[in-house]
Amino acid sequence: MKTAAAESLPSRVGSKTLESLAYLGSLAQLAGQSAYVTFVGPFKGRRLRPQRAIQQAMAVGVEAIPILSLISFLFGLIMALQLGHELKRFGMMQMIAEAVVVAVTRELGPLITAIVVIGRSGSAFAAEIGTKKVTEEVDALRTMAFDPVAFLVAPKFLAMLVMVPALAIWADLLGVFGGYVFGTLAAGFTLQTYFQATRDAIVLHDLYTGLIKAVLFGIVITAVGCHEGFGTGAGAEAVGRSTTSAVVTSIFLVVTVDLIFTTLFYITG
Amino acid sequence: MAEPDDQTPAISVVDLRVSYGEREILHGISFDIRKGETLVILGGSGCGKSTLLRTLVGLQRPTSGEVWIGGVNTATIGEREMDKIRLKMGMSFQQGALFGSMTVGENVALPLREHTSLEESTIEIMVRIKLGQVGLSKFQDYMPAELSGGMRKRAAVARALAMDPEILFFDEPSAGLDPIVAAGLDQLILDLKKAYSITIVVVTHELPSAWLIADRILIVDRGNIVALGDREKIRASTHPRVRQFLDRVPEPEVTEELDYLQMLTGDRERPE
Repeated sequence: MKTAAAESLPSRVGSKTLESLAYLGSLAQLAGQSAYVTFVGPFKGRRLRPQRAIQQAMAVGVEAIPILSLISFLFGLIMALQLGHELKRFGMMQMIAEAVVVAVTRELGPLITAIVVIGRSGSAFAAEIGTKKVTEEVDALRTMAFDPVAFLVAPKFLAMLVMVPALAIWADLLGVFGGYVFGTLAAGFTLQTYFQATRDAIVLHDLYTGLIKAVLFGIVITAVGCHEGFGTGAGAEAVGRSTTSAVVTSIFLVVTVDLIFTTLFYITG
Repeated sequence: MAEPDDQTPAISVVDLRVSYGEREILHGISFDIRKGETLVILGGSGCGKSTLLRTLVGLQRPTSGEVWIGGVNTATIGEREMDKIRLKMGMSFQQGALFGSMTVGENVALPLREHTSLEESTIEIMVRIKLGQVGLSKFQDYMPAELSGGMRKRAAVARALAMDPEILFFDEPSAGLDPIVAAGLDQLILDLKKAYSITIVVVTHELPSAWLIADRILIVDRGNIVALGDREKIRASTHPRVRQFLDRVPEPEVTEELDYLQMLTGDRERPE
């Protein structure tokens, strides 16, 4: 065991970089294995158990709707308030509908969804798998000739791939509704004019860039949550540590993925 | 170590070495487990007996050596092939390791549902039979959390029996149980031995239970086998570590960290 002081800065940077790459590699491996059991496995005579994915989809998606609705509505309202303050100075209050819908569909909807899903489900994935690791349930699965990835991870991926984009669309709607509340109260819109302005402002491109992000966020959150769960050491505190680390790492990676794809969309128009 | 035997053993371990990182836990051990016998692996805490068990069921990869089960060297095969062998093995974990989100009945049914194409009604009957065998027929619809420690272990045995295994492994069956419940578990193992002619491997540090259930006893100390044989042979052993274990002579206190690590891995020579 070398001490940190004995290592030179470049070698520390090097080993940290390698560690990070190895971490990303293991996330990709987890996602790949899950994709294999979900999409290739059934054609090779391995049974797929949709009930587990449906259960997960309920927990990940349907049960998140109330809190996500509230938060995205409030964010839409806050966005409108902030933008309204600036737009008023330029006398462009009529732009509020356009500004809100573009910001919400391209960025805020998917991002708020990701944050809510990380808090509710990413942490739960790490805690669930971590607890199963500590109580030897993961070992029990293996001794019973079950693949823990197929059993525990694949249903979560499937559920997240469907539910995160669906939640993002819902968050988009509620965000726009938040903007509408400000628009009618402070910018002289009616339901019809706000709806019309929103519809004119939005193009398909805005929607699908947001949805592509949402899908990627879903993959990142699941992979990190499950990976941290499997990495849990011994004891109850270890589960807590994995959960914390799942949330922190997921937020960081989601924002990184967001930056990369927003840059790509910016460059490609 | 193994005595002459004309039938093929259920498990044959040859020069098995297992390490965690740089620390070697098992230092090249060899022994056979005969078909239909009950072998008790006995040893103190940290002697490597749990690692040995984990290696036998394929949860831990050996660094070198061979583990032959059913004509296959499991040390060299992949997860997939290992799964085929695992279908013929049952394992009862120390804390039961029942799946907390399923009822006791669903836990027992799970391997049948996933690995066989039996009708749901047949599975239902088999679950009832298996739970009956461990004395839990009335508790099919209970959640694992609602059961006592002893009942949970019994349920885990029922789940391990679900696929009618050829080899049944027990990890510390009486750990954390009061003597009466522990005696009940010993009796369960004896009953299973009588009912099926399966090979049973039990890892424990409980001497009374070892004397009761074992056909042969294997004593592991610091990653090495120090004794293997039937009860009489073990009782008559003059090996100092076996005597110390059987006569319950305490170890001198270990106060140095290095000594402790060496004690675990067996690198340190004991002053005899």
